[in-house]
Amino acid sequence: MNFPAELKYTKDHEWVSINGDIATIGITEFAQSELGDIVFVEIETQGQTLGAHEIFGTVEAVKTVSDLFMPIAGEVIEVNAGLADDPASVNTDPYGAGWMIKVKITPGADMSQLLDAAAYQSLL
Amino acid sequence: MEVTSDLKLTALTSVHQNLGAKMVPFAGYLMPVQYSGLIDEHNTVRQALGVFDVSHMGEFLVSGPGSLELIQYVTSNDAAKLVNGKVQYSCLPNDNGGIVDDLLVYRINEELYLLVVNASNIEKDWNWINSKNTFGAKLEDHSERTSLLAVQGPKALQAMQKLTSMDLLSMEYYTFQMGTFAGIENVIVSTTGYTGAGGCEIYFPNERAEEMWNAVMSAGAEFGIKPIGLGARDTLRLEMGFCLYGNDIDDTTSPIEAGLGWITKFTKNFVNSEAIKAQKDNGVTRKLVGFELLDKGIPRHGYEVVDATMNPIGVVTSGTQSPSLNKPIGMAYVPTALAKPGSEILINIRGKALKAVVTAIPFYKV
Repeated sequence: MNFPAELKYTKDHEWVSINGDIATIGITEFAQSELGDIVFVEIETQGQTLGAHEIFGTVEAVKTVSDLFMPIAGEVIEVNAGLADDPASVNTDPYGAGWMIKVKITPGADMSQLLDAAAYQSLL
Repeated sequence: MEVTSDLKLTALTSVHQNLGAKMVPFAGYLMPVQYSGLIDEHNTVRQALGVFDVSHMGEFLVSGPGSLELIQYVTSNDAAKLVNGKVQYSCLPNDNGGIVDDLLVYRINEELYLLVVNASNIEKDWNWINSKNTFGAKLEDHSERTSLLAVQGPKALQAMQKLTSMDLLSMEYYTFQMGTFAGIENVIVSTTGYTGAGGCEIYFPNERAEEMWNAVMSAGAEFGIKPIGLGARDTLRLEMGFCLYGNDIDDTTSPIEAGLGWITKFTKNFVNSEAIKAQKDNGVTRKLVGFELLDKGIPRHGYEVVDATMNPIGVVTSGTQSPSLNKPIGMAYVPTALAKPGSEILINIRGKALKAVVTAIPFYKV
């Protein structure tokens, strides 16, 4: 499985790409493979400021449903509109077309819980 | 990760693992839930054929004088209607208005029957049927030594015909034959299944399991056969509105509520038959129905059916995104007044009342 070195990861199987004060967030290849065929991503938190570990949405696979957790505190400023028509892109391209939200990171947010690729893989 | 050490294995567990299946605990067994992907597997069965290892299912033989009397007393359907080579869907009512299990009854001859029961209920069913055996019938549990493959799909019988001189293509639905299949003697082949896609189920001894698996895969290769996991088995059965024990029916649901009146025959006396007949005559307060979710979302087992003020009035028993229809479907117990197709109901999904409409089953019409 692929876990790009430039990304950060969480124990909840999300990935984070940090660019200045903006974080792009999705779920890892391991997560999508555990969920199976994803058919619906529901994110209704755009515009909300959420704390780390709060639920920002849910992902529905054919077989199961799973909550999505904020890796870091911030305001949800954008939701990937492409997921409405092609939720399966989370399966086929979890780090690219399958991204889920962009977050404006709360100043001073705690990032000490984020893992590098090696530390994340050691959890699997 | 799950602790898997106490789980039972089928004779094909290592075959599934070598194929890269995702293995999960199910009914006390380590079972393949998915190989290539649930939707791909589902579509393979609808369009061509697939093979399921369902060796976890239980098999009991009932033999000798008293066999039919015992089966007539513990099951709801009329087993006296069976002839040799015929299979019947039935259920085991309990004493309290619920269902011990649903099962298939195969009549091999007038004093020899095969009962096929759910894996999760093997011990419960065994104890239950034995406790009711005042008829002197002989009971044997063959579950641990019997393997079962379901080969399902529109190409299944054509492919499997290559493996036997038994005439599979002319078999009627819910019949069986015994004979040599893939060079293995005393195999039972029945035109049964849990997918609505056509095909057969094949019973044989564990010792021949890999040999049988390889023969089935080879015979199906030209038609695009794939191994299919329990995930697609669930979506396939739900599209047909087939009940899953433990989800849609259980120890507390009556056959009448569950829409199983068609396998409940009052031409004979059976366990709790007077109370069940009273339900049929007087009506029940809730019924199991199919529904389509109209709003965006996916219904799941255990979600509430609610009224306009979010008070629970029923419960979702099964739900998924239908791969064939590409829409969310489910089954639920609802008040009888809302059980007619076209009735609008609401499902509580994460605190929101989402609109759904009661729909006739099967959802998927072949």
